[in-house]
This record gives sequence, C-alpha cells and structure tokens, in this order.
Amino acid sequence: MQPFTVVEGVAAPLLEDDVNTDQIAPLGSSAWMNPDYAKMFFARRRKTANGADEPGFVFNRPQFHAPEILVTGSNFGCGSSREAAVWCLQAAGIRCIVARSFADIFRENCLQNGVAPIVLDPDDAHAFEALAVTIDGRSKIRVDLAAQIIKLADGTVFKFELPLADRTRLLEGLDDIGLTMKHLSEITAYEERVSLQHPWRSKP
Amino acid sequence: MVLTLFDKIWEAHVVARRADGRDLIYVDRHILHELHAPHAFRKLEAAGRNVRRPDLTFSALDHTPSSNPGRDENTNREGAPLIAAMREGSKRNGIRVFDLSDAEHGISHVVAPEIGMVLPGATHAVPDSHACTVGGLGALAFGCGTTELEHILATQVIALKKPKRMRIRLDGRIGPHARAKDVALKILSVIGSSGGRGYTIEYAGAAARALPIEGRLTLCNLTIEMGSRTGLIAPDDSAFSWLYGRPWAPTGAMWERALSEWKTLISDSDAQFDAELCIDCSDLEPQITWGTDPGQVVAISGRVPDPANAEADRRPLLEKALRYMGLTPGMAMEGLPVHRVFIGSCTNARLPDLQEAAAVVRGRKVAQGVHALVVPGSAKVRRDAEALGLDRVFREAGFVWGETGCSMCVGANGDKGERGERILSTTNRNFENRQGAGARTHLVGPTLAAAAAVTGKITDVRKLMTGEV
Ligand code: SF4
Repeated sequence: MQPFTVVEGVAAPLLEDDVNTDQIAPLGSSAWMNPDYAKMFFARRRKTANGADEPGFVFNRPQFHAPEILVTGSNFGCGSSREAAVWCLQAAGIRCIVARSFADIFRENCLQNGVAPIVLDPDDAHAFEALAVTIDGRSKIRVDLAAQIIKLADGTVFKFELPLADRTRLLEGLDDIGLTMKHLSEITAYEERVSLQHPWRSKP
Repeated sequence: MVLTLFDKIWEAHVVARRADGRDLIYVDRHILHELHAPHAFRKLEAAGRNVRRPDLTFSALDHTPSSNPGRDENTNREGAPLIAAMREGSKRNGIRVFDLSDAEHGISHVVAPEIGMVLPGATHAVPDSHACTVGGLGALAFGCGTTELEHILATQVIALKKPKRMRIRLDGRIGPHARAKDVALKILSVIGSSGGRGYTIEYAGAAARALPIEGRLTLCNLTIEMGSRTGLIAPDDSAFSWLYGRPWAPTGAMWERALSEWKTLISDSDAQFDAELCIDCSDLEPQITWGTDPGQVVAISGRVPDPANAEADRRPLLEKALRYMGLTPGMAMEGLPVHRVFIGSCTNARLPDLQEAAAVVRGRKVAQGVHALVVPGSAKVRRDAEALGLDRVFREAGFVWGETGCSMCVGANGDKGERGERILSTTNRNFENRQGAGARTHLVGPTLAAAAAVTGKITDVRKLMTGEV
C-alpha cells in the first residue's frame, strides 16, 4: 500500500450528508471482470437523464477532474460494504477525505487502501468547508498526516486527530496484509509445529 | 481448562495475536471461486506478493457456469471471462482448479466435504458466506470478503476478532416428514435473521446428533442466514464413518492418529456459552418462507401472518414483504400457484436431497405451466444420482436435469425467474430480486419443492403422499 505522509492538491467540495456507496460506485450489470472504477465513480450522478454530462456536479467541473482531496458531510460512505467505493474514489485521484463523519465499514476500507479519513472539530469543519468552496480549486491544500495538520495556501492551518493505530497504518503504508506480514516467522513456526503434530491438517 | 468445541478449534489455530487485538487464525484449506478470486489475484500480483500455500488453496468454478445440459465455459457469456481469468490466475499461482469437466467439479461447499478435503477440527475459508456449510463435519469455516481473500492467499491466516458462543440445543425426534432444512427454517423463525450476529453457533442435542451428515451440512449452511458467520456440530462416529475412505481423507496410521484427536472435539460438559437456546423438533412440520427474509417462516399448514399482530416498528417491513410477494394476511400457504421450482444449491443438492425429491416425483408429471429444474450440487452427486436412475425419474416427469453449479440460487449463470413468478426453491436466500428481478422466492426443503412441481401449487407433501391431494 502507498504510504500516506503528505498530500498536496485541490479539494473538491461535495457538501452533502449520507452519500452512500451506491452513489459512489453503482454496480453495473456488465464488466464483472474489468470494472472501470474511474467510469463507475459516481456514474449515475455525473450524467443527466439523457446521458449528457451533468454540468453542475462537482466532479464534472474542470478543476475537479482529478482532485486529491474530497470535502464532504456526515455519514459518508454509508450503505454496503463494497470496497469498490474506495477504489472508485482512488481511481478519481482522491487520497484524502475530510468529512463530518464516516460510515464504519467505509472508514475501515479507506484504511485498508491508504486513503486518509479525516474529521475536523465541528467549528473548524464549518470554516474549512466554507474556505474550500471559496478557493474552488484555484489553489492547493496540503494535508500533513504526521503533523496532523491541513494547511491552506494563505497559511491558514487546521489541526485534526487520527488515532495512533490508524495513523501508523497510513504513514507506514501498512495494509491489513502488511500488518500480518510482521508475524511471518510465527506463521512459519506454526506450520512446522502442525506438520509434526497434526500432519493430516498440513497436507491435503 | 473448560472449553467449548469452538474454543478448542480456535485456540488450536491461533498463530499470533496482532497489536490491534485481532487473532491470526491459520486457514487449513482455502477454496476460491470465480466471482471474487480474479480480482484478488490481480491485487496480489500488483502488490508483488505470492500465494503462500498454493498446496492448501483450490479454485472452484461454481457461481457462473451455465447449468444447461451440455454446457461449456462459454454457454453463459457473462461468466466466461471470469472462468478464463480464474483458470489463468490459478495456473500462474500453482493452484489446482476443479474444472468444469473434472470429477471434482461442483459447488465448493458440496465438493469439499464429499472428497474429504474438509476435516473435523480443521479450519476452512471461502470468499462466500456459505463457507459455514462444512461445520456439519465439525470444521470451523469462515466466509470472507475480497481483501480477506487476498490476505489469506498471501499469509494463509485470517485476522479475526473472536466471536461469542451460542449453543442451540435441538431436542426431540425430527420427523417423520421434516428434514434438516425444516429444522433450520424453524430456528430462523425463532431467532430471526440477525439473532446469531456476533456468535459462533454450536448445534447440539439429540435431534442434531440424529441428523445424517448431509443434513448437518444443510443445517450449518443456513447459519449465515441467522446472522452468524459460522456454525458447527461436534463430529461423532457417524461423521467419522462418513468421512472414512473419502479420496482425500487420511488413511492407515494417519487416520488412526487423526481420529484419536477428533474424538476430543466436543464441548466440555460444563463449558459456558454466551447464549443458549432450545428448540423442540418433535412433530416438526415441513417449513416454508412466506416473505423476503429467511426468518419469515411458517409451517406448511400455516397462513400468511398479519403485520397488525407485529410490533409497530416491524410492520412496515412486513407489509413491504407482503407486497413484494403478492400475498395478503391470513392467506393459506397451501394452494398458492407456483410457476417455477428449483432443486439445487449448496443447501440442498446432495444425493439424499435428490433421492427424497425423486421419491415424490416418481410416477408423476410436472404440472402444466411449471418450469422445474434440478441441479446436482457436484459432479459426484450427479454421477451417483444417475447410477441410481434419478435423472430418468426427474426427466421423465418433465424436470430439466441440469449441469452442476450454483445455478438459480443467485441467478449469476443465466438461470432466473421472471417478474411476478412464484418460485419454490431449496436454496437459502429469499431476498427481493435475488432469483430474478421481481421474482418471488419461497425457501423450502426438497420434498416440498418436488410436491409443488407436480401439483403446480404449494402443497403439503404429506397429503400428496397419502393421496389426500
Ligand atoms: S449455491 Fe448459492 S449460496 Fe451456495 S455457494 Fe452457490 S451462490 Fe452461494
């Protein structure tokens, strides 16, 4: 997994609550083998009823074609557990989501994939959202995970907190597999023990 | 130390405890299937990781192959690329595929026990929620997601928070017309589809022990419908003799060694469970679901419930289910017209299931206007059934005798019901749209399904067999 240390880029404001995984990653009927996550990304919301691009939708605006940061409301990523929701956001370039709150499973899926789920204090969140709308993608925003700060081009700083275990996982680029890989010698030792003591289990 | 059966298997498989509090549980056997594994292979390779134990990993092709007689990998065009990717990915990683024409082809949860791959006291994982089926042999099994699947491929362990323990004691004598499916549906009617959440279920009691192994597999299969990720039954002499001589089971001195360990696989007499439940199975009638949740169950002689009798906050859900199913409160289940019958799936497509259904069908004809399909759970079940002439019984009655796979259970292989059709299905999920957009699924055991096929309506098989209807 790609470590998350500092990410600098434009922040796309999608200031709504309860954006669900069905919106983020609508299941198509086809392409089971090769889902195009960039195409799947908010596929229904990006189009009008007659198939044209929906001009007002934030991700259709030129400055937000590949935003690094998403600014959104509460309960982001609710709905199903599908990891494709995170994969779609990544396909669109997003590495960091600043939300009022996250759905549990979606948040875990973010951590699995190196996407930083950030929540600001309510007052800060309000101010940050307003600034993101004002800046409108014209200047870059810097997210520093180790320092736990968001810094705007004009020098404004917002502080946030991410629990140490989650932060470490992102900073070190540790996915779930990576965490388990630290126990590789124990796995090997276990296999050796079983092959002696319970050999019928160690070989089909 | 006093331990439950589950604790014994869990503790014997703990490799390490991770800093985040999750246990790393060793996976003895891992079966993949074509809906999820191709994506996991790709991610694994992109991350530069290898399959740690290809010798403990196997690939099933069960979800998407067509069940049309004479099918090949291209008959269901939607599934063809998945099958191709599965074959390639398995080959690249040195994983054995149970391919369409192999003697071991079939639904993984049917194949794994029947070849003796799954053993008592062992762990098992499949990226499919019905992995729990093999708990019927006393194995501890986990269904898993795509990331977990990739995790197991890379490490051969799964990171889990230890669940709580529930024991469901099944008392009395089942029958004479009820089977394991009816027991499972009965439990579901009591604890509902989330009553088991957070638990591992151990099924115990005289009625559980009296179940044949195929019945135990059926019962454990429906554990996930109760909200539990896994469930199991203590292996006993009937399990051991069922397993003995199966192609992959240990032999000779190894068998003896394994057997002496397997005999310790019981919950200690004073072991503590976090929850306990007793269900009396005497005089159990055949059961049927009326709604769109596997917990919405009535006896075959029963009537569609009235939401007015339910708690207020539950009513809207029940009303929605009634609307979808095209039913009104108080209607008798018996007599509702049936358009389609499916006998198959990892729940009820083993040889005894087909034998029981065939006994109902023999000498009768599928009612006019009913589409009836039987899909054996594995190539071996299909061969064994053909050796007994069951295929002829079904075909002569007007059933389609399908090729092995999941088929209409999930509708990913082209077999589907039409909008508004009432389907009697021996499967495990009656969710809206699962067996086709707008299709209305009632879950039943094989004999009720067979009775509906030959009468064209929901029929109490007991009355059919005594000539009452
Ligand atoms: S038969 Fe149905 S429930 Fe069983 S593995 Fe196949 S799709 Fe899943």
